[in-house]
Amino acid sequence: MTDFTTNEMMTVAAARRLGNGSVCFVGIGLPSKAANLARLTHAPEVVLIYESGPIGAKPSVLPLSIGDGELAETADTVVPTGEIFRYWLQGGRIDVGFLGAAQVDKYGNINTTVIGDYHQPKVRLPGAGGAPEIAGSAKKVLIILKQGHRTFVEKLAFITSVGHGEGGDHRKRLGLPGEGPVAIITDLCIMEPEEGSNEFIVTSLHPGVTREQVIENTGWQIRFAETVTTTEAPKFEELTALRDLEARTAAAHGQAGGDE
Amino acid sequence: MADIISLSEAVQRFVTDGDTVALEGFTHLIPTAAAHELIRQDKKDLTLVRMTPDLVYDLLIGAGCAKKLIFSWGGNPGVGSLHRLRDAVEKGWPQPLEIEEHSHAAMANAYVSGASGLPFAVLRGYQGSDLAKVNPRIKFIDCPFTGETLAAVPSVRPDVTVIHAQKADRKGNVLIQGILGVQKEAALAAKHCIVTVEEIVDDLQAPMNACVLPTWAIAAVCLVPGGAHPSYAHGYYERDNRFYQAWDPIARDRETFTAWIDEYIRGTADFAEYKAKVNGENK
Repeated sequence: MTDFTTNEMMTVAAARRLGNGSVCFVGIGLPSKAANLARLTHAPEVVLIYESGPIGAKPSVLPLSIGDGELAETADTVVPTGEIFRYWLQGGRIDVGFLGAAQVDKYGNINTTVIGDYHQPKVRLPGAGGAPEIAGSAKKVLIILKQGHRTFVEKLAFITSVGHGEGGDHRKRLGLPGEGPVAIITDLCIMEPEEGSNEFIVTSLHPGVTREQVIENTGWQIRFAETVTTTEAPKFEELTALRDLEARTAAAHGQAGGDE
Repeated sequence: MADIISLSEAVQRFVTDGDTVALEGFTHLIPTAAAHELIRQDKKDLTLVRMTPDLVYDLLIGAGCAKKLIFSWGGNPGVGSLHRLRDAVEKGWPQPLEIEEHSHAAMANAYVSGASGLPFAVLRGYQGSDLAKVNPRIKFIDCPFTGETLAAVPSVRPDVTVIHAQKADRKGNVLIQGILGVQKEAALAAKHCIVTVEEIVDDLQAPMNACVLPTWAIAAVCLVPGGAHPSYAHGYYERDNRFYQAWDPIARDRETFTAWIDEYIRGTADFAEYKAKVNGENK
């Protein structure tokens, strides 16, 4: 086994969730890094769609912006942004929506709008972008973010993009076509929705991570699945592909893409 | 027919204080030069529409040109916050900024319906999101045929849209290539559309089905090479990532920001002079 960082474990674990040939609507930052790692390892046929317009993008380095030129140059086609949201997302052609977040709650709802009161914000975050409708219409959603008690909170100040709402069958009652978030992948563990309640519980701990660490870094009373597995450590090929991708990105941009 | 005129003349002719203005370009072809010109001409009380405010609206907001912002993602891509936007929202500096906040899907649909001459856009969206609670211009309607609940938002129909494109021909027909964002829709949704271009050529040599805006659908074409900096113009220059990073400390502080626009924008006659000044210092 090779040494790896918790961030590398997170990216690799997230990449593994993306099946070969699946059609993935990719958010910028960590999702883009994980999705491209998947494409460069086990899922060469994955179709990456970015909201700026590229369909089937195959960038050699990570984009710094959601509309970098290389996404267009390597895509199968480039369509207007309106078409991306209307035909491809709302039209029901996205298998996986891959999202980052500033904060999540135990039902996988996402806040990227504001900390504090909306009208008198403590911290103003960038806002929704494409996430609300990706979260609503993609067949499944994956969420990737670093875990901490300020990012995994009991109650969100603002629900920008809905996960399982108030839990249970709330999504269905809202009339959302997609299944919603099926996993939250962090630098410590993987969480999945508990059957019935749709509350996120820990189903896999990354190697070397303790339950106490997860509890300390979660703002709600996190629960663990009956059987908690240990995430398989990054394989040599996965780490090599990830590190090469990061090195190419740093060389091209003078900064690491995909770290927000 | 589009008039081929200077950017300064186009802004003078078509943009009035209080107008609703959309400067579009989705990370690509962002019409920065036009924002500079709005600041030079000290335009006031503008309602600014743009999916991603980016540096281009951080400038306009910090310079005191905006009274309202309609947007869907307000960050500095790959870097962090837009400090002038945040200062206006959080502290009301240099003046309070009213915000109307949407999702990308809603904004893109609102441009499409604006270009289509419709009063509102309909989409499957916003269900379960708090955005509908804080933005009274997001409504829900029932489909008259199926009964499904859908979201409705007003169309974006700007007084003036400005976009940047690669080239125009001498009649003023415009060719846009690469990431298109909502540029065509924004252009066609507006009463007047100003297009800044990298070059003016004899023949566009546009492939069939290329994105061409015919001259008769545009008010003005202005030759402004480099006018999308620090974003990029596919086939002409790349995104200046260093500028996006350099912007962070400039915009973080009110005094630094004001000194910067006083020197580089208000202190230059046009975009060519601005470019010469910036390039001169980087040598």
